[in-house]
Amino acid sequence: MFQTPLSAESESEAKVDGETASDSESRAESAPLPVSADDTPEVLNRALSNLSSRWKNWWVRGILTLAMIAFFFIIIYLGPMVLMIIVMCVQIKCFHEIITIGYNVYHSYDLPWFRTLSWYFLLCVNYFFYGETVTDYFFTLVQREEPLRILSKYHRFISFTLYLIGFCMFVLSLVKKHYRLQFYMFGWTHVTLLIVVTQSHLVIHNLFEGMIWFIVPISCVICNDIMAYMFGFFFGRTPLIKLSPKKTWEGFIGGFFATVVFGLLLSYVMSGYRCFVCPVEYNNDTNSFTVDCEPSDLFRLQEYNIPGVIQSVIGWKTVRMYPFQIHSIALSTFASLIGPFGGFFASGFKRAFKIKDFANTIPGHGGIMDRFDCQYLMATFVNVYIASFIRGPNPSKLIQQFLTLRPDQQLHIFNTLRSHLIDKGMLTSATEDE
Amino acid sequence: CHLQHPHVAPVHALSSQFETDIDDRYGDLDSRTDSDISEIPASSDRTPEILKKALSGLSSRWKNWWIRGILTLTMISLFFLIIYMGSFMLMLLVLGIQVKCFHEIITIGYRVYHSYDLPWFRTLSWYFLLCVNYFFYGETVADYFATFVQREEQLQFLIRYHRFISFALYLAGFCMFVLSLVKKHYRLQFYMFAWTHVTLLITVTQSHLVIQNLFEGMIWFLVPISSVICNDITAYLFGFFFGRTPLIKLSPKKTWEGFIGGFFSTVVFGFIAAYVLSKYQYFVCPVEYRSDVNSFVTECEPSELFQLQTYSLPPFLKAVLRQERVSLYPFQIHSIALSTFASLIGPFGGFFASGFKRAFKIKDFANTIPGHGGIMDRFDCQYLMATFVHVYITSFIRGPNPSKVLQQLLVLQPEQQLNIYKTLKTHLIEKGILQPALKV
Repeated sequence: MFQTPLSAESESEAKVDGETASDSESRAESAPLPVSADDTPEVLNRALSNLSSRWKNWWVRGILTLAMIAFFFIIIYLGPMVLMIIVMCVQIKCFHEIITIGYNVYHSYDLPWFRTLSWYFLLCVNYFFYGETVTDYFFTLVQREEPLRILSKYHRFISFTLYLIGFCMFVLSLVKKHYRLQFYMFGWTHVTLLIVVTQSHLVIHNLFEGMIWFIVPISCVICNDIMAYMFGFFFGRTPLIKLSPKKTWEGFIGGFFATVVFGLLLSYVMSGYRCFVCPVEYNNDTNSFTVDCEPSDLFRLQEYNIPGVIQSVIGWKTVRMYPFQIHSIALSTFASLIGPFGGFFASGFKRAFKIKDFANTIPGHGGIMDRFDCQYLMATFVNVYIASFIRGPNPSKLIQQFLTLRPDQQLHIFNTLRSHLIDKGMLTSATEDE
Repeated sequence: CHLQHPHVAPVHALSSQFETDIDDRYGDLDSRTDSDISEIPASSDRTPEILKKALSGLSSRWKNWWIRGILTLTMISLFFLIIYMGSFMLMLLVLGIQVKCFHEIITIGYRVYHSYDLPWFRTLSWYFLLCVNYFFYGETVADYFATFVQREEQLQFLIRYHRFISFALYLAGFCMFVLSLVKKHYRLQFYMFAWTHVTLLITVTQSHLVIQNLFEGMIWFLVPISSVICNDITAYLFGFFFGRTPLIKLSPKKTWEGFIGGFFSTVVFGFIAAYVLSKYQYFVCPVEYRSDVNSFVTECEPSELFQLQTYSLPPFLKAVLRQERVSLYPFQIHSIALSTFASLIGPFGGFFASGFKRAFKIKDFANTIPGHGGIMDRFDCQYLMATFVHVYITSFIRGPNPSKVLQQLLVLQPEQQLNIYKTLKTHLIEKGILQPALKV
């Protein structure tokens, strides 16, 4: 699908009211950025050469959608390690796409040092986050190897030093006449890092909680995208928001209900399998990830009484569900109601910078960022949801932290815990002596 | 940008003389070189009348020097006064400074982008400031006031679901931003959104690190800040009297002589200040909140860091000082690290701020302090310092925050608590910290 630059009329406004040459030059250059060449593979082009342009577009999108979904299933099958690598690649590609837009907007591709610095900052922040994750989940492995132990003990200090080096390099690279541009790129890089890198790490945290916490939210967002499009295509009439003229209220509401139902069904199917439900753990002996455990209460079938109102409709008194399905309703609701705001944000961004798509990586769909814009809010929400409602702090992590404290602090905490347990009646002299 | 003339008052938005897309008019938003950008007129002079009258006799240069000197002394006295008043006042001061710095940087953003009248934007900026502060203060309060919090039922609820509530509040702001996007103003609105977020990242996170440092012990707050101030002043004095070789093009007034002279004086100053302060429990003890007296107390058994120890001097120092041993607080060794950072890397924060001011063609961040500029001008070097001290403390001084560990323990399920209790008991008995004959 070939993309033409938007609003060619901006170039006609170039020379108004006797502006100087430099002004008009900057005006013309703030015109829309030319998009890179069409990436549709030749084979598809030939196969669809007979159809009209509109149907061809539809087919290309459809085929690519199916290809992406199939790819998703394959990755899930391959396991957590591959998933983590894919998340990391997606993150790097999104970062690259957004930074490239920044370069194009500011014509700053030739700024001294700046490309190096952007990638350096990406590396630093990733090092920091992966270091924290590795320390948490690979604790025993890390304690065994001496260099790793030192790296993890002083991890924050090392990360901070690396960041500082980048910061000082930035200050030293400031060039007269380019200050503002350099500051803009600095700001752009940092905001991009904030959005892209932190969220990808939250995704990995969710993954470690159990693959179902990774798969269900992502599928709900994808389902909402597809369902809202379908409902809009067949029933759409009332526009939803000026930012995205193609969205309609019918699509929005239809997508919401469809996604909730989809989420319920999907969670029902997945909750039956251990490989999705168990937290991902790193097994030292086999040096690989294992997902094997006793499923928690969330993933055991329970009987629920149906409220009176639905009883008359369905005719059943009780229903057997997994408690996780109730949580999935919350997740799907968020994916359908708030997730689209991430999409509107990205639309506004594209309009602000007069680009049609973030990049042209996926034929028919645009860049990776175009597919993942709604996912980002979702990842944070799931992480906050898990931390608030599903599990509290990790007991083994607490024990680790406890062991690093000073003896007097350890004693203080121990005594406080003891009085707390005695208050609650969990501890009596009888159990103490066991 | 069409307007090459700096006479345009920045506050009132440009009239829509042109029907073109407003984003396109702001050529300077995406200009290639700084020369296209017009200068931002500075706000009026705020020197108090009294000072002006008293100094009216002197020439302009000396007048400037005197004003700066008087204000410097005033600020230092204010600092001492607040230290005397205690930790709570210090926290309020830090909060006040943070809000003022945020306001200053956001105001610059408004003036750069002529975006003072953007719909909703002022509200949203302050709303985001409130959200992020709520999030950080909530985490702090939960950690340090654990006992106080356990008593009140509503606070318990707020603490338990703190992250979720903060996230929901932030999301509400995010959705409001998306709904407030107005055709023809998209780019401007995105710029202001990013400007706000970067400002929040810089000012709010660092001010919270400052408060965390404060809770560790007031000395961890005082010594770094004084080292940065001392470096500023001594580098200026050395540069004034001995300065010859320019240091960096960004700040033409800085010289290598000032830089190196400032470094050595600051290390000595830090060393002495650490010695003086380490004697007093008031500075050295972690700040704790006592529920019975409903106030902050700093009373404890000083840790090893703050107990005099004798060190054998290395041979060359022995020859110079003619002493075999010296009594030092271990903290003084740490203070060397802190002062070194303050003198060598701290100035980069100042260069960053200078570059920022040059980029946006402003002379000072604001005109709050006569002779010195805005609050941000005084605090630009402090920000890197605060993060460094925090990272230093968590890496080299203590591990994780004990109150946080305790708070998380209390949130667990009773069965998990019991298991952890048993594990801890075994560990403590092994280490000999706990006597095995303990009855319940």
